[in-house]
Amino acid sequence: MIWVDTIAQGVLLGGLYALFAAGLSLVFGIMRLVNLAHGDLIVMGAYLILLLVTLLGLPPFLAAAVAMPLMFCIGWCLQKFLLNRTLGDDILPPLLVTFGLSIALQNALLEGFSADSQRLPTNAMTTASFQAGPISLGVMPLLTFGSAVLVIIGLNQLFYRTELGRAFRATSDDATTASLMGIKPANIFAAATGIALVIVTIAALYLGLRANFDPNVGPARLIYAFEAVIIGGLGSLWGTLAGGIIIGVAQTVGAAINPEWQILSGHIAFLLVLLVRPRGLFPRAHD
Amino acid sequence: MALLQTIALTAHYGDFQALFGVDIEVSEHETIAIIGANGAGKTTLMRSIAGVLKNAAGAVRFDGVDVGTLPAEEIVTQGVAMVPEGRKLFPSLSVEENLLIGAYGRKGGGYWTLDAIYDLFPILGDRRHNPGTALSGGQQQMVAIGRALMSNPRVLLCDEISLGLAPVVIKDIYRAVPKIKKSGASLIVVEQDIAQALAVADRVYCMMEGRVTLTGRPESLNRDAIHDAYFGASK
Repeated sequence: MIWVDTIAQGVLLGGLYALFAAGLSLVFGIMRLVNLAHGDLIVMGAYLILLLVTLLGLPPFLAAAVAMPLMFCIGWCLQKFLLNRTLGDDILPPLLVTFGLSIALQNALLEGFSADSQRLPTNAMTTASFQAGPISLGVMPLLTFGSAVLVIIGLNQLFYRTELGRAFRATSDDATTASLMGIKPANIFAAATGIALVIVTIAALYLGLRANFDPNVGPARLIYAFEAVIIGGLGSLWGTLAGGIIIGVAQTVGAAINPEWQILSGHIAFLLVLLVRPRGLFPRAHD
Repeated sequence: MALLQTIALTAHYGDFQALFGVDIEVSEHETIAIIGANGAGKTTLMRSIAGVLKNAAGAVRFDGVDVGTLPAEEIVTQGVAMVPEGRKLFPSLSVEENLLIGAYGRKGGGYWTLDAIYDLFPILGDRRHNPGTALSGGQQQMVAIGRALMSNPRVLLCDEISLGLAPVVIKDIYRAVPKIKKSGASLIVVEQDIAQALAVADRVYCMMEGRVTLTGRPESLNRDAIHDAYFGASK
């Protein structure tokens, strides 16, 4: 019966990884841009929330809500004024630029906030848990998972129900023809990165509430996010959630067998999926 | 006065020059056809007018204003829409979404709505929820035309809309042209099929190797003159 509990914890942990990954998946799906600074942007979001909590005395959830529009603007400007210039037929410039951005962000955070590890303040509610049969469920993991599902549903609604979503898909299919429709690809990409950073803020909130963070934890978050995106199939949002869950379950099962195996078994699950389905579980029909 | 005109328009792909000083014009409510062999520069001309290719300032004038340096997304907002060669439907979008995205850059109202497009091409109404690329070639071409019309263009550029289609399907598609003209749009039709071009156009331009080699009303052009303009003078 302990296994049921282990797997349930893994699924919930997968929600966190899906949150890490959703923004990455969104940006890659629309403009084939692999953002190597994604993990550091999550950490930056966590520090922004922390700043709002300490300076304004806001509770973390409210602080995250305040941070979202700020992060949207940061994402919009980042794409419009920096990353758009790197997009083109060559895939190397965006990798180099976002890699450089990753290092710059880590050092800027180190300079501004020191290497001390931080966490967002929690209260009784966020550390509570309850028993459901053999499974004990934490309120915080449940909230995380619920948020991940809501983010994926929200993104799907955005993609398939709105004019902006139509423009996202059309630009992703063929940016030149999209411009013939009156769509400005540069602005569409900027909006996409803006939205990705709103999701990053949500991921940052749970990162900061659930664990300690310091300026150097970004790249590890990036690895989990990457693995979730690739397991799910590049550009597939539900696939990203599935990918997060697979890594989460693999990690908790591995840790139950031997605590040393937690991280390793997540990576092994990733490699196994790649071995069997090189394009991921839910690849797009066309690319 | 010409609604749309090109003035000594040139175009390059890298070191290769595709257009050498092309002057064409189309008036309000007029239909012109551009004919010529493969590689004559017809598609390049369309892409230059549509703003996909960068032009020199003053090379393209629309409604009395220089639009030569505007990017594609602003050209369509000004009122010049293109049906691109090869249809270029968005595979991720349904038929209806393909049509709706055509209205993205549109300013204000106008004749063309979803209903008007479904009235023009009834088959599209039946298949509105299918993916655009699941349709037959002729139906896809109808979607591409409808998508361009959704911007309510004053000038519609049609690049090889009969390419790769069966004669009976081509007839279906050209049956829509009079209705499109009646909506008030001017048309620039690029055609490989000379008979089709002569039948539909008020005036014809023939291009060869990046230059206009012959211009005139269809009834004033004889077959020999067109042959020479098409392939070079037979000396």
